[in-house]
Amino acid sequence: MSTPLIELHAVTRRYENGPPALRDVSLTVREGEAVAVLGPSGSGKSTLLNLVAGLDRPDEGTVTVAGTRVDGLGEAGAARYRRTKVGMVFQFFNLLDDLTVLENVVLPARLAGMRRAAARRRAHELLEHLGIARHSAAHPARLSGGERQRVAVARALMNRPPLLLADEPTGALDSASGADVADLLMELNGEGQTVVVVTHDLELARRCTSRTVRLVDGRVAMDEVTVR
Amino acid sequence: MSGLLSLVRSGVTRRRVQSAVIGLATTMSVTAALLGGSLLVVSSAPFEDAFSAQSGAHLSAEFTATAQDVAATASAASAVSASVGPFPTASTAVRANGIDLPPVTVVGRADPAGPVDRLTLVAGEWADGPGEIVLAASFPMTPTLGHRITLSGLPGAPSVKVVGIARSVTRTAEAWVPPATITAPQGHQMLYRLTAPLEVESALSAVTALVPSGTVAGSRSWLTAKQEAVRESALFVPFLVAFGVLGLVMSVLVVGNVVAGAVGSGVRRIGVLKALGCTPSQVVWTYVGQALIPASFGVTVGLITGNLLAIPVLGQTEEVYDTTLTAPLWVNAAVGFGALTVVTLTAWVSALRAGRLRTVDALAVGRPGGTRGRFAIRWFSALPVPIALGLARPFARPARTFGMAASVVFGTATVTFAVGLGMSLGVIQEARDYNTSDVTVGAEGPPHLSQLDPNTVTSTLAAHPDTDRYFGLARTEMTVPGMAGFAQIYAYTGDAGWAGHPMIAGRWYSSPGEAVVPTAFLTATSSRIGDTVTLQHKGKAFSIQIVGELFDTRHDGLAAYVDAATFPDLPPDTFFIDTKPNTNIQSYVDSLNNTLTSTTARPTDPGQTSDTIVVIGALTALLTLMLVAVSGLGVLNTVLLDTRDRVRDLGIHKSLGMTPKQVIALVVSSVAAVGLVAGALGVPLGTTLHAQILPAMGQAAGTNLPTTAFTVYSPALLAALVISGTTIATLSALPPTTQTAHTPTSTALRTE
Repeated sequence: MSTPLIELHAVTRRYENGPPALRDVSLTVREGEAVAVLGPSGSGKSTLLNLVAGLDRPDEGTVTVAGTRVDGLGEAGAARYRRTKVGMVFQFFNLLDDLTVLENVVLPARLAGMRRAAARRRAHELLEHLGIARHSAAHPARLSGGERQRVAVARALMNRPPLLLADEPTGALDSASGADVADLLMELNGEGQTVVVVTHDLELARRCTSRTVRLVDGRVAMDEVTVR
Repeated sequence: MSGLLSLVRSGVTRRRVQSAVIGLATTMSVTAALLGGSLLVVSSAPFEDAFSAQSGAHLSAEFTATAQDVAATASAASAVSASVGPFPTASTAVRANGIDLPPVTVVGRADPAGPVDRLTLVAGEWADGPGEIVLAASFPMTPTLGHRITLSGLPGAPSVKVVGIARSVTRTAEAWVPPATITAPQGHQMLYRLTAPLEVESALSAVTALVPSGTVAGSRSWLTAKQEAVRESALFVPFLVAFGVLGLVMSVLVVGNVVAGAVGSGVRRIGVLKALGCTPSQVVWTYVGQALIPASFGVTVGLITGNLLAIPVLGQTEEVYDTTLTAPLWVNAAVGFGALTVVTLTAWVSALRAGRLRTVDALAVGRPGGTRGRFAIRWFSALPVPIALGLARPFARPARTFGMAASVVFGTATVTFAVGLGMSLGVIQEARDYNTSDVTVGAEGPPHLSQLDPNTVTSTLAAHPDTDRYFGLARTEMTVPGMAGFAQIYAYTGDAGWAGHPMIAGRWYSSPGEAVVPTAFLTATSSRIGDTVTLQHKGKAFSIQIVGELFDTRHDGLAAYVDAATFPDLPPDTFFIDTKPNTNIQSYVDSLNNTLTSTTARPTDPGQTSDTIVVIGALTALLTLMLVAVSGLGVLNTVLLDTRDRVRDLGIHKSLGMTPKQVIALVVSSVAAVGLVAGALGVPLGTTLHAQILPAMGQAAGTNLPTTAFTVYSPALLAALVISGTTIATLSALPPTTQTAHTPTSTALRTE
């Protein structure tokens, strides 16, 4: 049995109005797993992702990722944590349109202090690996949705994070591009990358993950191993 | 940190307008600050440097005694450490290119070198042959090498060739010729270096004791020359400081606006950067860097511009003292470093919000926003929809509106200040030309040389059918107990009230014994209007009561204007005549000259525009243009941000049937309303600045200013200036507005 990478213990997160987004959630994700977090709107999926990414803090409970207590980090500490431990992929890509594809991918490594030449080498490897090396000098606006999401994945993997978080990674893509991204995530997981995907898309969950966690009203309603 | 450089670089190139506005604002403030700072630092230095380099004369004296008597003063007085002279002198009328010039003092000097007052040849060579002359840089016409001029006041009216141009640190003459040229000297000049340079008065007394009584015709202290030198430069300082402060405030506003605007419109980007691992301080420094790059460019351009503009400003002093003056290096460094520090601090404070933004909130931007400002639409609901939406817009983004309004306030204040300053300088220039007469009879040289017979002149003038009115002027010098130096006395025969003497306070004299004096006289005698001052002349004491203060900077303002009956023994040496309308002045002058044999008539010298006023006017125009451009770019930046943020909203409006013209009306009405309010606030700020800076400039020049210099703002002008705020705002808003109005609706609707 591999070691736990993510450990949520009795986590509760409340916002000003309305019921808690997460209630007393405990969850463990081990290294090498591919986990899909499913649930209807308002079920707490994005809150769970934000807590794991260090973008938000729980009101109660603890969040530990790769041995780091994320819930106690300040802004600067959380930033350093994200640089090294987490790669994030967003629904709307969130690429910086004024930078080229290569510059976008290189950015997290440079922020982490990697030398320019080494960062560019690593970025080229990733772009090559993901099949988009030919676009390295282009700006994101010139790429298709699927290509943009591949760039976002490349950027997320730049610092070799132990954990890849994806928030509705196919939500803004057509079905062909969505399937392409799902295959990519599956391939990455096959290479040992731990992946957590928050999605509405059951097909994506079925296709690229081996475990499904279903949230309903902020609680874990189901947690089961699936067969890909 | 290096990872941020690509972000900074892309931010600068992506936001060209914002970068340009920061660059221009910094350029403007650095230019003004460098000029003001340099003048403050070097204003007193050049005279002392030049005086030391040229061994300037601490005391220059003019004698009517014989050359032998004058030469005896050279070393007999213990107060004198070195001297040159005696040089023969003559005051002579000059005719050049068929034009009669005012009389000048010509000195016969064989050698420009010597232990005192070494003359520097600016061009050409020294006059060492017969028929040659060297002119001073201050000669009443622009000196041109090779030209011939006639010294019409000298025996035989010799024609001489200009072979050189020279400078004297204490302006000991306006022209130099070989001594043999002056065959009938009217006096002799001696130039002295003193063992105790500050004790000029006692040295003059020692020298005076060595020559026959009453033969010291005039003297000049180096301290007077120094005071004049500092005065020229000091005049620039107040208005340059005003522009420097305006530039600094504008820079702070512009940098604050641009950075805060960039943060406000780049929240999602900030969220992404933080999600990728940027720390809050790294995000803040990204924005500071985006401001620092154009600011560094602006500082560089500003330092270059400031140094270039310093050339004509400091050149006025250079011209006199033959010293190469430049803005000191340390002032350059201090201004540059100071500007970058201000930009850094302003940008850092404005970007702090970017650091504080919670990543999760920043990433959520783009979801449905607030309803701020919607209440205002109801206020304007009776107006056409685009206008109502436009007028309500400033309430939706109050911080952004405040930033734009501040740009316009300071832009309008600058225009108001500059327009007022320009008009005041015009008034002052007119006031300097105090003599508004058409024709002058008599010499402007030393009064004792005048051959004028007052009775003949007055009867000739009265008999001439084209004479409208005239008055006579008698001049002499009198001492005032307790005041250093002497006062120039102007005693008028007849009504001189029409000559255009610009009054500052009190009234023109109405009877003998009353006097009107310049500000400097009041200062020097520690007196005020209503006081009685005693004057001494040839051993006799005269009391005058001061009834008015007038604007006059000649003779350093040490003068008094009185009725001729105050000094009955003083005959007029000059007459000023106003001719009847449509009189041919030259024919009138010729007609008088045919009748008057002992003196000459000439058209009154129109007076020269002050170089200082010209330079101040040009600098004001340049700095104002730069500030208005900064203000306009500030508005353009705000509108650009606003329309970019709202391009989807505007797309929705267009999809609902709003025409491009209506879109323009919507944006322009929001901007014009802010411009109008800001203009109304900026105008009083500008007039207040004008009311503060103008007296300060006057004080630097050693004088109060005539009331007319302050009352330059008419109601119509004020209204036009208020509207200038709207004009600046509207014109600056038009380019981005027009572009937005013509963005295809489908494109606008797709914009996230």
